[in-house]
Amino acid sequence: MIGIVLVNNSNPEVLEIIKGSPSDRVIALAGNPNVGKSTVFNNLTGMRQHTGNWPGKTVASAQGVHNHNGNDYILVDLPGTYSIMAHSAEEEIARDFILFGGADATIVVCDATVLERNLNLVLQVMEITKNVIVCVNLLDEARKKNIEIDLAALEEELGVPVVGTSARSGEGLTELIERTEEVYSETYIATPKKIEYEDDITDSIKALADKLDQKLEGEVSGTWLALRALEGDELLCNNVHKYLGRNIMEETDVKSVLIEARRKLKLHGISGDILKDMVVSRIVYTAQEVAEIVTPRCGADCVGCGTCALGNKNPDMVGGSRDRKLDRILTSKKFGIPIMFALLCGALWITIAGANYPSEMLADFLFWIQDHLTALFMRLGSPDWLHGLLVLGVYRVLAWVVAVMLPPMAIFFPIFTMLEDFGYLPRVAFNLDHHFKKAKACGKQALTMCMGFGCNCAGVIGCRIIDSPRERLIAILTNNFVPCNGRFPTLIAIISMFFVGVAGGLVDSLLSALVLAAIIVLGIFLTFRASHFLSVTILKGESSFFALELPPYRSPQVGKVIVRSILDRTLRVLGRAVAIAAPAGLVIWIFANVSVGETTLLSFSASLLDPFARLLGLDGVILLAFILGFPANEIVFPIIIMSYISSGTILELDNLTELKTLLVANGWTWVTAVSTMLFCLCHWPCSTACLTIKKESGSYKWMGLSILIPTVVGVVLCFAFTSTVRLFGF
Amino acid sequence: MTYKNLTDLQEGERAKVLSLTNASSIKRRLQDLGLVEGTQVNCIQKSPQGDMVAYGIRGAIIALRAEDAVGVLVAS
Repeated sequence: MIGIVLVNNSNPEVLEIIKGSPSDRVIALAGNPNVGKSTVFNNLTGMRQHTGNWPGKTVASAQGVHNHNGNDYILVDLPGTYSIMAHSAEEEIARDFILFGGADATIVVCDATVLERNLNLVLQVMEITKNVIVCVNLLDEARKKNIEIDLAALEEELGVPVVGTSARSGEGLTELIERTEEVYSETYIATPKKIEYEDDITDSIKALADKLDQKLEGEVSGTWLALRALEGDELLCNNVHKYLGRNIMEETDVKSVLIEARRKLKLHGISGDILKDMVVSRIVYTAQEVAEIVTPRCGADCVGCGTCALGNKNPDMVGGSRDRKLDRILTSKKFGIPIMFALLCGALWITIAGANYPSEMLADFLFWIQDHLTALFMRLGSPDWLHGLLVLGVYRVLAWVVAVMLPPMAIFFPIFTMLEDFGYLPRVAFNLDHHFKKAKACGKQALTMCMGFGCNCAGVIGCRIIDSPRERLIAILTNNFVPCNGRFPTLIAIISMFFVGVAGGLVDSLLSALVLAAIIVLGIFLTFRASHFLSVTILKGESSFFALELPPYRSPQVGKVIVRSILDRTLRVLGRAVAIAAPAGLVIWIFANVSVGETTLLSFSASLLDPFARLLGLDGVILLAFILGFPANEIVFPIIIMSYISSGTILELDNLTELKTLLVANGWTWVTAVSTMLFCLCHWPCSTACLTIKKESGSYKWMGLSILIPTVVGVVLCFAFTSTVRLFGF
Repeated sequence: MTYKNLTDLQEGERAKVLSLTNASSIKRRLQDLGLVEGTQVNCIQKSPQGDMVAYGIRGAIIALRAEDAVGVLVAS
């Protein structure tokens, strides 16, 4: 076991590699954000690391095994970074992992369509290890844009193996691992390109670099460490100290040459900060020189082609003219936000319209099974309580959750994933940044909110992409204002029953989508307000640096997306819901059938909550359902139905019309419906989300606050709404 | 040649980076994105509210907030 422990303020980050056998080879996958590292990783290891066209999906380092020629390669998918100069926690982890022997070799994955910028990182990695393999990925995208890269020339220039790949189709991956093996077994003799720094620098640091080389015996490049020491990178020097077990910089012979080097640099007028600038600049320009050699140029002053280094002079052509045209529409002043809203409505409409029919069929089918189960129990002569517990309790809630949840999820996830793969999410962040800026929050919060649509837990974990601890906490604490997939079905069912009509025609489903979109917009608005509130109270501060890369649009692989999102996401989320629904069904049935004195436990608890719930426009049963639904939002609605059924006549509930009759019979009006929807949008996060928040924020205090904030907002909203309506005499 | 801040560029305008006057931590981040002295920058697109702007930097599209971009001095 090799472990690298980095203590970064209060958050200890541990990157531990679990080897199956000592002969296993550890390969790090490094690269800029959004270059397809995770796709390379998934393809080689058969694992299912989440991928999507936006920077920062890989928030934790994943590990997987690839077997080649009988050898196990442990691949480590590092978070994407633009540099390994350790300007953030991720960069520090990546750099130290590569540097301190965690990895036997490092594959640097590059985006062929933005090669120059990617080479910057390649050169930085090559400075700290000679075991580098360059993987020029997304060749398929590059071909579409008529970008050609001379891979042989690139290998010649860099002096390390270069392999071209299209990881999505698997092209080139076998060669990639073969070349990695060559590097590992040292059958390939690397001659890594050295960065040529200005003479003033080289001369000044030579003695120090030689001294360090001699001391370190090739473990770490002397020149590289000398530069870092002279730049004043104390963090690195500390980590080197920790790794070597001795403080090399403090040893007298090193110290004297270090002082001498510093003096010489000073003579040339180069202080720590200026040195840093010069070093960074030199690497960037070396990357540019290499890129210009390996990508063809059209002519002396090409301003049009958009593919050659020169063509990029034309702003309309950077990244391809098609992308610029699309961006001019999708992020335009006039249409940017309306299109966003339209896309949201569209996705919801397809979900609602598409889920309607399958939902009904599923319900018919599952309740048909229930009838047969009941018949079976009768025939076997089982006692009433056993039938009640298992069929009316466990099975019925399960059936409800599956019938109501499965179709919308199976439709919404793929649509969302396609937008994600296309590259639309960063555009959402771009369009909305103004509001995040005003709330003194990070623009990347838009991305974590998008994740929240699927599942708030994923959204909370996704907040790791936000560097500033303050802004990350804000994003974590407010993520619950975005309704997750577990809450959609409840909202959709209420909308169709009380506001649109349940006939399921085109107009009805369009209207439903509009109402649901309006609720989501309210959630987004509340997120901004809550974020701003936090920024001026307990999480006081101004927003920090924020750069957002707008990646090239990529055409989503429709077939793959559908299979993936159904297999990986829908079934996983559903599995979780079902695992919780079954025991919940049991508990609820017991609640509804065990009596305290005259009434059942359920009506007793509900009646306790009733006076308060009425103030909010709800009733005791609804509030109790939200409380009992703490394990998963999916079961809130089934609990409400179960409670009404158990305390009244038993109905066959296989469609929404009958359901509405049941609700109305229990006193529901449109006011109840609105209040329930408001409370569904704003109440405590589910138990899994709470645990995730505790884990990500590191304290119960923040978890408590994450419960308190939406709950208070929900109570206030519901109370204000109900009182206003009552005031006007409805 | 006229000297200005990166934020002064209009959509479609092109300029060369002269220096970064941002605070050190921000400066490092900008440099990591390839924004060093002498780099060509294209102003590509303003966001709907105009306070975030997408720039073409070394073949990639990077959007920056005005408060960060204002520290970048350019010549066009």
